[in-house]
Amino acid sequence: MADAAVAAPKAAKKKDKSPAKIEIINENCKACDICVDVCPQNVLAMRKDPAKWEGYVVEVIDLEKCTKCMLCEIECPDFAIEIS
Amino acid sequence: MTFDYSKYLRNQYIPHMWCPGCGIGILLKAILRSVDAMGWKNDDIVLVSGIGCTSRMPGYVDFNTVHTTHGRALAFATGLKMARPDKHVIVVAGDGDSTAIGGNHFIHFCRRNIDINMIINDNNIYGMTGGQYSPTTPPGSYASTSPYGHVEPNFDIAKLAIGAGATYVARGTVAQGLILEKYIKASFAHKGASLVVAESTCPVQFGRRNRLGDPVDMLHWIKERGVAMRKAEKMSEEKLAGKYVMGEFIKDDSKLEYTERTRMLIEKVQQKENK
Ligand code: SF4
Ligand code: SF4
Ligand code: SF4
Repeated sequence: MADAAVAAPKAAKKKDKSPAKIEIINENCKACDICVDVCPQNVLAMRKDPAKWEGYVVEVIDLEKCTKCMLCEIECPDFAIEIS
Repeated sequence: MTFDYSKYLRNQYIPHMWCPGCGIGILLKAILRSVDAMGWKNDDIVLVSGIGCTSRMPGYVDFNTVHTTHGRALAFATGLKMARPDKHVIVVAGDGDSTAIGGNHFIHFCRRNIDINMIINDNNIYGMTGGQYSPTTPPGSYASTSPYGHVEPNFDIAKLAIGAGATYVARGTVAQGLILEKYIKASFAHKGASLVVAESTCPVQFGRRNRLGDPVDMLHWIKERGVAMRKAEKMSEEKLAGKYVMGEFIKDDSKLEYTERTRMLIEKVQQKENK
């Protein structure tokens, strides 16, 4: 039964089904494409934006699929993406 | 929940100056998460650097910071730690800064076993100074000073540190930020000379010259070259050519730390003098 007791908090954590909120901080983003590449769920994409000197911005295309795995946040070099 | 980096940053200087997709930003974030996990206060940390792209890091963090001369970060850090052993002293450096210009300081830092946390962003090139080859540039690759392909063999910084006497040595990569964070945390918790090598990417000076594609391609390139320690043990030298080994190589708590040893000596001498 000890196993179940250990597993319980983990399961509770996994049950966090509240919808994800993704914030892209546009002033910090350098359009490197890393977040788009590392996302296992294809939540993010690049969109052309002539207003930015890089020519692109990150766009959330499928928010519902986000599992809040944080990979995009961990690998973004620019403090430009926040998941909550 | 998202991690709040802002309490550790000088937010007025963000966005930082590193090129799009540069690995140093990923490393900085791993360092800040590790600092947070240790529960260290900003005012108790000293971040010391020399010269180079990585060495711009102290400018962005709200710690005590020292931006010193090329290769000499460890010399300054050693003085600091001797004067204030109560502070958490961290040194960040690039591969050129730490193992070429600062190579001498580096081996003696390891030998002394002083409680400084050194973190090397190894991107195989001098980024800021113009793409010259460094001691870790892989043979055959291109740099501004090796336009026909590099002829020298490269250093394995981790082996160098172990040979010189460092008591914590690990290597991770910015392509796996969470594992890198785990090693940085362990190095922070260790008392003694500790080194974490972060295999990193310079998409501009190294990537472009070596036709490695955009920052994403480069991140894949650096990830694919990493071999876990256990797997590497069973691989031949030829098979390991062009790769780097990842893992925690040494964690030795049995050796006395340098400031501690010095304090003991001072006490001994004082007792003798006072008799
Ligand atoms: S948290 Fe994970 S699933 Fe959500 S956008 Fe980022 S990488 Fe994709
Ligand atoms: S990883 Fe960060 S800087 Fe790069 S495109 Fe994504 S949000 Fe922008
Ligand atoms: S030159 Fe290379 S190491 Fe320096 S900021 Fe640019 S990408 Fe990063």
